[in-house]
Amino acid sequence: MSGAAAPATTPGSAPPRAGRVPARTRGGTAHIYGWLLLLPAAVLLGAFTHFPAVATFVESFYSTAKGGRPARAVGLDNYRTMLEDPIFWKSLENNALYALGTIPASIALALLMALWVNGKIRGRGLLRLAYFTPTVLPMIAVANIWLFFYTPDYGLVDQITKLFGAGAHNWLGTRGTALVCLMFVTIWKEAGFFMIFYLAALQQIPPVLAEAAAIEGSGRWYFFRRVTFPLLMPTTLFVLVNAIINAFRMVDHVVVMTRGGPDNATMLLLFYIYEVAFKFWDTAYGATLTMVLLLILAGLALGQFLYFDRRVHYR
Amino acid sequence: MSGAAANPLGGSGRLGLLLESAGAWLLGLIWAAPLLYAIWTAFHGAEFAARLQLAAPLTLENFVKAWDAAPFARYFLNSFILVTSILAAQLVLSTLAAFAFARFAFVGRDVMFALVLVQLMIMPDILIVENYRTMRALALPDTILGIGLPYMASAFGIFLLRQTFKGVPRELDEAARVEGCTLLGLLWKVYVPLAKPVYIAFGLVSVSFHWNNFLWPLIITNSVTTRPVTVGLSVFASTDQGIDWSIITAATLMTSGPLLIAFLLFQRQFVQSFMRAGIR
Repeated sequence: MSGAAAPATTPGSAPPRAGRVPARTRGGTAHIYGWLLLLPAAVLLGAFTHFPAVATFVESFYSTAKGGRPARAVGLDNYRTMLEDPIFWKSLENNALYALGTIPASIALALLMALWVNGKIRGRGLLRLAYFTPTVLPMIAVANIWLFFYTPDYGLVDQITKLFGAGAHNWLGTRGTALVCLMFVTIWKEAGFFMIFYLAALQQIPPVLAEAAAIEGSGRWYFFRRVTFPLLMPTTLFVLVNAIINAFRMVDHVVVMTRGGPDNATMLLLFYIYEVAFKFWDTAYGATLTMVLLLILAGLALGQFLYFDRRVHYR
Repeated sequence: MSGAAANPLGGSGRLGLLLESAGAWLLGLIWAAPLLYAIWTAFHGAEFAARLQLAAPLTLENFVKAWDAAPFARYFLNSFILVTSILAAQLVLSTLAAFAFARFAFVGRDVMFALVLVQLMIMPDILIVENYRTMRALALPDTILGIGLPYMASAFGIFLLRQTFKGVPRELDEAARVEGCTLLGLLWKVYVPLAKPVYIAFGLVSVSFHWNNFLWPLIITNSVTTRPVTVGLSVFASTDQGIDWSIITAATLMTSGPLLIAFLLFQRQFVQSFMRAGIR
């Protein structure tokens, strides 16, 4: 990458390269200007994304400095502790369940909502509003509201189950139901967000396709299965990646509603990291746990990259 | 559009459409219920918190009590400063970086762009342990700058603006240069105005994200003068109030209020912005 400046990205009729490169940015100056413009953002990104990621890796091989005793290299000790830590395994298992319980459901609902709101249903403006509003609220506010709903006996959920003859139930205080309760909150909050992306994609599908299908006399379900859904595939992938990231990134509701309890039944990985690092102040172990999270996200990035790569090859 | 979309219904007919409408409305009702119920609770006395009676008298007392019980005015100010400073920094930094990526062929550009994209996957939200350490080295815990700094360079903003800037016709760029425009003048007079819808979209997404952000502010702040509303609300709800749900719900609505009202007023822009931000 030397000499001529200006990336040759503009499609269409480009005049010969040298001709359209303005004198000022030709040669070495393009490098200087480019780097100068990028520098402020690059410094901050490096300081708060790349450096901490590397520092996490390094710190996971040290002990936590405590009361005058400095951190010392401990090799793989932190990792050994982690592999023997039942709470770590529990948090990983919970996070996997949580992802499986929330992602497919919110994506399916999002798609359904988008199809409805994009269709001919009466009052779709109001419907779109109802679906999307939870997205705008802070998760912490949402969690507060739902905490109230889940209150034993007094809350909305118990009021409704009482109509069907059920007794009071401590939804968030019982091991079997607490995580499921959190899942409902997440689905309620996220489906409307993902709906927006599907809606955007649906509006890009040319209406000609639907007209052609109508002339052919193909049914609606058939049309969805063979035309709409495949065309929405890139959107589904985009939404899926975002949903997975969110499943590991968002623990605000855990902080408000359960604090990981009862008996670690709602312990998610990031919340455990938060507890270890900022409640027990064991930052080295916190870093070790963060490495697991980083590995999961790196795997996700790799998977996405490979998928896109393959798709490009097949074209 | 709607005319064409009606046709594929052919097979299922009117009854199917009716059933679907019912389903859509049922789901809409389920989705709206929690918020509506919260609004009901907040505007009625505690004795009606779990009882729906149409004749129950409306009251603003819960809001008054909540407002008096915690320094919410200060929390709002903190959130406002936080959100505006993050957005201002993001806009400037992303614009400069995106311009570099879109129009300059400098050494290492592709590698740098790949490194920028890393932040889309590994966000500051999960690097809390090490970022806290960095903040302590910079003496920034318990400051508003400390909350905002990790977010001020946004890969998302750089990515969105780079795509937009790449679409600016070269002829415009060259015409401005021929007229003797400086580089920054070119950016300001040609590129930025053409990207206005993208700026609005990014701005709305950024403001709602940072107004709602919770975990990192919870970790890094420790006093009334720095806490944003989300953290203020959690402190208020967990310690001061016990279980008076009417007041907690009023406080909850209050903290989401500005964003919620803005959303209801500019619904179309919000939805379109989120859409625009999602299309890559």
